[in-house]
Amino acid sequence: MSVIMNEDSRVLIQGFGGAGQREAATSLAYGTTVVCGVTPGRGGQVINDVPVLNTVREGVDQFDANIALIFVPAPFAADAIIEAADAGIPYAICITEGIPTLDMVKAKAYLNQSETRLIGPNCPGVISVAERARAGIMPVDVYTPGSVGVISRSGTLVYETVDQLTRIGIGQTSSVGVGGDPIIGTSQREALQLFQDDPDTAAVVLIGEIGGTAEQEAADYIKDMTKPVVSFIAGATAPPGRRMGHAGAIIAGKAGTAAAKQQALRDAGATVVESPSQIGETMQAVLQEQGLT
Amino acid sequence: MKLHEYQAKELLADYGIPVPRGKVARTPDEAHAAATELGTKVVVKAQAHTGGRGKGGGVKLASTPDEAREAAEAILGMQLVTHQTGPAGLPISTVLIEEQVDIARELYLSVAIDNSAGKPVVIASAAGGMDIEEVAESTPEQIHNQLVYPHCGFQPYQGRALAFATGLDGDLLRPAAALMENLVRAFNENDGAIAEINPLVVTGDGQLLAADAKFSTDDNADFRHAKLTELRDTSQEDAREVEANEAGIENYVKLDGNIGCLVNGAGLAMATMDALKFEGGEPANFLDIGTANSADAVVAALKIIGSDPDVSAVLVNIFGGLARTDIIADGVVIAKNEGLLPQPTVVRLAGTNVEEGLKILDESGLDLIRADGFAEAAQKSVAAAADAS
Repeated sequence: MSVIMNEDSRVLIQGFGGAGQREAATSLAYGTTVVCGVTPGRGGQVINDVPVLNTVREGVDQFDANIALIFVPAPFAADAIIEAADAGIPYAICITEGIPTLDMVKAKAYLNQSETRLIGPNCPGVISVAERARAGIMPVDVYTPGSVGVISRSGTLVYETVDQLTRIGIGQTSSVGVGGDPIIGTSQREALQLFQDDPDTAAVVLIGEIGGTAEQEAADYIKDMTKPVVSFIAGATAPPGRRMGHAGAIIAGKAGTAAAKQQALRDAGATVVESPSQIGETMQAVLQEQGLT
Repeated sequence: MKLHEYQAKELLADYGIPVPRGKVARTPDEAHAAATELGTKVVVKAQAHTGGRGKGGGVKLASTPDEAREAAEAILGMQLVTHQTGPAGLPISTVLIEEQVDIARELYLSVAIDNSAGKPVVIASAAGGMDIEEVAESTPEQIHNQLVYPHCGFQPYQGRALAFATGLDGDLLRPAAALMENLVRAFNENDGAIAEINPLVVTGDGQLLAADAKFSTDDNADFRHAKLTELRDTSQEDAREVEANEAGIENYVKLDGNIGCLVNGAGLAMATMDALKFEGGEPANFLDIGTANSADAVVAALKIIGSDPDVSAVLVNIFGGLARTDIIADGVVIAKNEGLLPQPTVVRLAGTNVEEGLKILDESGLDLIRADGFAEAAQKSVAAAADAS
């Protein structure tokens, strides 16, 4: 078992340009089933053995695609998300960064009345390690199969976390990048629920950031979890009122500070580390303490 | 992107929101002429991207055109320092000359994005003219919200609900609800990030007036607002940040410390700052190089860092996903060879194409400080900065 991606995942790539093609090749080499690309107007081509279609609907009808991985440029990405949902794809995973917030307001309103779960946007995607099922842009070499789930707003901090875990012999079930934008499809709280419900996951790393209140909402859920959570909040040293790269990473008000988020997570029973270099070793200690290794 | 008050008011006026009569002036003589034309007592307001302008000496009352000229003389050319600007302050090249308003009541009104709800939210309070964060904290019952549903838009009943909650009833009910609807429209049609009227004034003769206005837009939507983006005033931004933007580096923020940082990914870039601080150092900047698909982009970023006089050591911390470490390594070598990065430089590479990346560093023969993990990179950077300064 795992989260979102598994051996039955059939990946369709929307926006099958340079990045989409490159990541398709990496996923195929890793062992993931990538069934087709979608680029409107390019239907009928075959690129690196991957057939290209005009619409997501065709990908569902012809190849039973059940994961839509989206690389479509920001001005058109909300349209791509809604197209995936309209075609009935269970999971849409959007890598695209820089989608206008009000476009996401519309897409999210559409998703709320559909069966599709969106992960991202502005995220590294999802990988399930034992199943070798990858939909995203993460480097595969750092992963090793195991029992820790990883959730992060930041892509590069997923890699950093997984690398630290792997180096000390702790494997992963899945990693889920929820995305760095203000409006995202799957919240940290919802991602925690997925790992709590996954029988193969024993513990979870949650990497939050300054800005918004998503970590506090996640902390509310951690109170009810039976699995231990180790957490790091990036941006403790960020000045207020400045947007730190991610559109969502801006401190506006006290709830958005790292200190407020760390406190909420500690109060909920999570183990919070101060330095990003302590994530792996702290998870090791927590697993040993709870007899989970 | 932030608009100046006068730009925000022009925008709001286009949407039928009542604002005080006013004119922009860039010289004391223009201020005199503006006050003469307005023919009444005026207020002279420094135009700067900050709150707290009054306390910083950027807002002055004037009873006559001569006083308006004097006030403008004092304000134009100043560096306005407020609690939001830092000690250097912001340059003032424009003042807004406005009629003085007869204030009976002050309220607060804004539209922003509610991240958790995934929708715009209209916020109203009877406690106007104050810092809304403080109101929300000390008297949360004074804050009233209505979400804007994207499929049906802001409804009149929502405006009425906020109007009733803030005491805008009687003759003010309909104008208040209409004003809110117009503010939502201005927000939606211009890809607003925050549209704030504080205070929203009820005048002595019972009219609503946007006495102060802030409007900032979503940078991600600039591509569909060519006209609005012309209003950008780069004099209100850090010069180094503007230079970075012009070089195509969108995610650079100047900070107070002495360790320059080049990192890929916003989260890792913030975490790198945190790690430096944890090891006793201070970051000189936040810089997310992103995917960095060319060595040129890396060189441009390193040039910005290397030319910062505050920087005494540099940390390049890359965990490649979409970003390729070999391209980053190429950029570091070029920047070093061209003398753009004279400071001691710690390089930590991991992820995509790391073997190629490390090989490029090895073969360069450059005196680079190599680090393996995150902690080691932070420690070596702090040590290098301490040695160099």
